[in-house]
Amino acid sequence: MIPQQTDIVVVGGGPAGSTFALHAAQSGLDVIILEKDRDIGVPVRCGEAVSDAGLRIFHEPDSRWIRSTIDRMRMIAPDETIIEFPLKEIGYILDRRIFDLDLARFAAEAGARVFTKTYVHGLLFRDDFVTGVRGLYLNEPFEVQAKLVIGADGVESRVGRWAGIRTQLKLKDIESGLQKTVSGIDVSSNIFDFYLSTHWAPGGYLWVFPKGKHMANIGLAINGTEAKKGRSARSFLEAFIADKYPQGSVLSTVAGGVPVARTVVPMVTDGLMLVGDAAHTVNPLTGGGIISGMRSGLLAAETASKILIANENPTRDRLNSYSKAWASVGGKNHERLYRLKESIYRFKDDELNAIAHRLSAVPESDLSLFKIFSTALRAKPSLLIDVARLFTGI
Amino acid sequence: MITIADNTCDFCGACVSVCPPDCIEIREADIEIDEETCIDCNLCVYVCPLEVLSSDDSPTD
Repeated sequence: MIPQQTDIVVVGGGPAGSTFALHAAQSGLDVIILEKDRDIGVPVRCGEAVSDAGLRIFHEPDSRWIRSTIDRMRMIAPDETIIEFPLKEIGYILDRRIFDLDLARFAAEAGARVFTKTYVHGLLFRDDFVTGVRGLYLNEPFEVQAKLVIGADGVESRVGRWAGIRTQLKLKDIESGLQKTVSGIDVSSNIFDFYLSTHWAPGGYLWVFPKGKHMANIGLAINGTEAKKGRSARSFLEAFIADKYPQGSVLSTVAGGVPVARTVVPMVTDGLMLVGDAAHTVNPLTGGGIISGMRSGLLAAETASKILIANENPTRDRLNSYSKAWASVGGKNHERLYRLKESIYRFKDDELNAIAHRLSAVPESDLSLFKIFSTALRAKPSLLIDVARLFTGI
Repeated sequence: MITIADNTCDFCGACVSVCPPDCIEIREADIEIDEETCIDCNLCVYVCPLEVLSSDDSPTD
């Protein structure tokens, strides 16, 4: 049974929620994770790509999590010009079903309690201070009182809204995504493919992330402002797969919204913190959100633990040291990436082709993301300010 | 009024994230739109990756 009282309730059992729960439980607090789905890790709503360096901030990579190790990248222009280059650091395509399950298991082993099929549909308040959640557990109503509630409820981010935080995404700040895991195809198991083209993915990009040599996550995200009936993520993805991988079998299809937004302000209120996609911590340029979500979970847990262990009230002012920690770790960079997204997603196909043609003259050993951006600059000088800020700021 | 096509929703929540009045409720495999509070802004129709949602005045191009 779900306890009637606990120190902390975490709403959502993804990487951000589980990472928060692990670290809060390790500091001796009573933590429960409430997950609405039947299984932790299912369905996977993600391209499943992470960098080795990012993963190592939290865990030694486990071979069971990794479906492919990536050391090269290909960017494919609208006219099919291919720019291929080695990555400075390796990346992985994960199996999120196993990865997410392990993250929740780590939290449980540290003392957190996990409840699945638990649907939270509202918050409890006392004088505008969040004091718990209410919902349905196996369809039975429940209430749990908590000193602190963590909204780790993903892109929907309703927990924050119920507490009065404006988390609703504007159309330009959401990518409408769809991914199919396609088997029976031939791919290079060490190469990420990115198609940048308004033909395949207007206001976003299309990816082919290998899972071994004969299977890949093929997905795309189009900007909310580009999505229309008949021009949905589904119609673009079906057209691409029919064109490039007609022999493939689709083993899984997942839809999803990706927040490509500024981080939510504020990230906290009295008795409540937001982490991960719910706080819009996703890298707004790449749409990558696993590591940044875990990072926000860790930072939130550090702040929460300090306050609750000292028996202090988790007021908005006290919890705000989490927002400050987030800003100092990645906040400014996030803002730069957001502005860069705003510029790059507006590139037209002929501009992308021009960039690709310039880059195809560059020897592979000289190619890097920096080189790509600096070449993009010459095609679109207005990018200069954002790119300069981005690279000098890192 | 928003119509939900049968057996096509993946319950991903993209629609929920853009809904101004927060009138969409998604559970594990269940979606409901509260007609009383829906403002017919159609943002959910635009953003749905699977074209599950439609309205009488849906954009077509």
